[in-house]
Amino acid sequence: MKNIFRIAVLGVLGLIIQSCGNGGSSDEKSGALTSNAADRVYVAPGEHDEYYAFLSGGYSGNLTVYGLPSGRMLKEIPVFSQFPTNGYGYSEETVPMLNTSFGFVPWGDSHHPDISQTNGELDGRWIFINENNTPRIARISLETFETEEIIEIPHSAGNHSSSFITENTEYVVAGTRFSVPYPQEDMAIDQMKGNFKGPLTFIAIGDDGKMSIDFQLKMPGFNYDLSHPGRGDSHGWFFFTTYNTEEAHTMQEVNASQNDKDFIAAVNWKKIQEYVQNGGGEEIDAEYAHNYFDHSTQSATTTMESKVLTVDPREVEGAVYFMPTPKSPHGCDVDPTGEYIVGNGKLSTDLTVHSFSKMLKAIENEDFEGDAYGIPILNFDSTLAGTVKEGGLGPLHTEFDGKGNAYTTFFISSEVVKWKLGTWEVLDRQPSYYSVGHLMIPGGNSREPYGKYMISMNKITKDRYLPTGPELEHSAQLYDISGEKMELLLDFPTHGEPHYAAGIPADKIKSKSQKIYRLDENEHEYAATSESETKMVRDGNEVHVYMTTVRSHFSPDNLEGIKVGDKVFFHVTNLEQDFDVPHGFAMIGANTSELLIMPGQTKTITWEPKKEGVWPFYCTDFCSALHQEMQGYVRVSGQNSNVPLKWTLDDEEIN
Amino acid sequence: MKKSGILMVIGSVLLLGLFIYPLWNIQLEAPQYPDPLGMNIYISGIQGEEEFDIQNIDGINHYIGMKKIPTPAEMWEFNTFPLVIGGMAALGVLLGILGFFKVIGPNWFLGWLILMTILGILGMVDFNNWLTDYGTDLDPKAIMKLTDSEGNPLSYKPPLLGSQKILNFTAHSYPRAGAYLMFAGMLLTLVAWWVGKKATKGRS
Repeated sequence: MKNIFRIAVLGVLGLIIQSCGNGGSSDEKSGALTSNAADRVYVAPGEHDEYYAFLSGGYSGNLTVYGLPSGRMLKEIPVFSQFPTNGYGYSEETVPMLNTSFGFVPWGDSHHPDISQTNGELDGRWIFINENNTPRIARISLETFETEEIIEIPHSAGNHSSSFITENTEYVVAGTRFSVPYPQEDMAIDQMKGNFKGPLTFIAIGDDGKMSIDFQLKMPGFNYDLSHPGRGDSHGWFFFTTYNTEEAHTMQEVNASQNDKDFIAAVNWKKIQEYVQNGGGEEIDAEYAHNYFDHSTQSATTTMESKVLTVDPREVEGAVYFMPTPKSPHGCDVDPTGEYIVGNGKLSTDLTVHSFSKMLKAIENEDFEGDAYGIPILNFDSTLAGTVKEGGLGPLHTEFDGKGNAYTTFFISSEVVKWKLGTWEVLDRQPSYYSVGHLMIPGGNSREPYGKYMISMNKITKDRYLPTGPELEHSAQLYDISGEKMELLLDFPTHGEPHYAAGIPADKIKSKSQKIYRLDENEHEYAATSESETKMVRDGNEVHVYMTTVRSHFSPDNLEGIKVGDKVFFHVTNLEQDFDVPHGFAMIGANTSELLIMPGQTKTITWEPKKEGVWPFYCTDFCSALHQEMQGYVRVSGQNSNVPLKWTLDDEEIN
Repeated sequence: MKKSGILMVIGSVLLLGLFIYPLWNIQLEAPQYPDPLGMNIYISGIQGEEEFDIQNIDGINHYIGMKKIPTPAEMWEFNTFPLVIGGMAALGVLLGILGFFKVIGPNWFLGWLILMTILGILGMVDFNNWLTDYGTDLDPKAIMKLTDSEGNPLSYKPPLLGSQKILNFTAHSYPRAGAYLMFAGMLLTLVAWWVGKKATKGRS
């Protein structure tokens, strides 16, 4: 009965919408379907989304978490940029996360998140993301949703063909987009050709997630744009698109677009791994930071590394081949079976698809059409599986639905095109608003995509939302891809400039999401795990304040004996062990940020008082009914005063 | 009388469930606590349903000046109750065995049940007194001093049995497995008495 009523309502709605439309040709989507879209993205109050989507923040340097299909933003995870909202990159504990061989870098450009895998399927342990500008790779825990580790990539520039993961999370791979002298040296720019290199870095992942650079492959100085791992039969290989095989050093817009074909580099990393394990490769000088956040001490440390193992690809028989691919290919995408490698030739209308099995045959038959710097170039026709003709204009990226279909974004014609693997016929096209870059199907870079939803992430927003001045957030669209035709369901603004994204069914990770940090596991050097442990300690002009928070007071809340010229370290421990009861800490005139401290955590911020007086501090998070009362005073005396250190709560000295 | 003795033994042994399972449970539900905070009341002490529930209940209660939830050392009941329950179970088993061998008659079983019922009621009265004290003996320096429409201080006493709204919380107070096992055991001892009585009557 309910269904009949529903159909009737939809029918009537359909009539109304159709009659309101401006004539509409007969093959247009019916009004009923359009109104149905609201139902399909509606997640009722208190209900949860079906998928997590992790969108890179681009020039925000961070990673944003969304729910699908609602398009609601759930969180921004700071990764490569300082984040005053919670003190990341400001607090003493997290400043080391942003250390590099160039010193402290407060900002980054995050591009391509990828979720860890086991047997080619998403396992939801960690998500990795690359920083393009000062080459780095970060690992984020999907239990705490916090950045745990950042490793700098030495000898790289423009860390763009990154951070893609092999099917058992053996490696996270980081390629070099801007070829550079390897290692860096002072030379004339126009001496680039033949002298610059494009190292590809293979970072091994331990069982605990810890990253270490296994080797760097010293490739010719092309621009390694994007990459993806092989899977299934092609597991053990990695594929990279290249452009600027012309090796132009200036006006690349024109000079890097002269060759009709660039390459997809096929790298047999298993062979190189073996070579390295048997003592192959050459250890060379390198300088790079390895930053690790330890959850027990809740503090990050930076280790400066000084060596990296480099491998000349020509030294390893059968390790690297080039597959000619037309028109400066951008995206390099491998289908779920691992057989097809798609080169998205961004200056054309066509897509070139290579066949892995044909590639193996061509290698066996030594079907080469030459070499580039000693690396064999395979015959174009002998690896070609097919061409998707006239898909659109400016293909960038392709994802797969696991049902034999592929979806490619076309930047210039601003659309997503669905086509069939094997027959290469175009099945459907839908506009995207506007100028789509990446697209994402949850599990898209794995053997098992979840082909229900697809999102497109666009570079141009223009009129999609209420105008907010010249600077706009980017827009994303959600499509239902469960049917024969793609259906646009939702349009939602995103934060920063999302490049790629990674999605995963919520059930795979939501039950593992941590609620609190355990106070009894807090091994922070300056933690006070009860009010009786709170104190002040002077060491020269440095004063360490061991402070606690609990609803709704600080301990201590009256502090005396601080002098102008001191450097005060507020080590604030949140004693709460209740879900979602953070406390904040803000000190007047502090030249840093606030702290936002989760239950059981200790965070530290510094303050250098410049003026005598009595200065207040307070809790910044509306923690409780008595939040407004959660405040305290610090007495600051003159430099030569002899006011003793004194810390009290309720006028009682604490210990 | 054999059957009756066996029933008496089983009934008495079921009391020992109180050493494993909680007697009672109180849950506090509020908009901010969609997963309610809960405490399980055992005969030997009070434990949180989740690891930090007691700490969090205490944290919330300090606003209205309620005392902290007592530890076993702070309440004599948590030392005495296990002795009483253990003792009664042992006594019941002993009576059952004696009944099995026809040393004593079934009325001893009824006597045990009456004693157990009296002790049970005393226990409930004591528990209710504690709830009253816990809910009304408030810190005079309490942050929030709330009064009812007649100006009397509000009572935060959770109900002995049932659900009741207290400010933003709804308190649910219900027996748990330990209590159900005890009730079932007591019922069995009544059956034991009944069966025993019929058996002895049949013979006479």
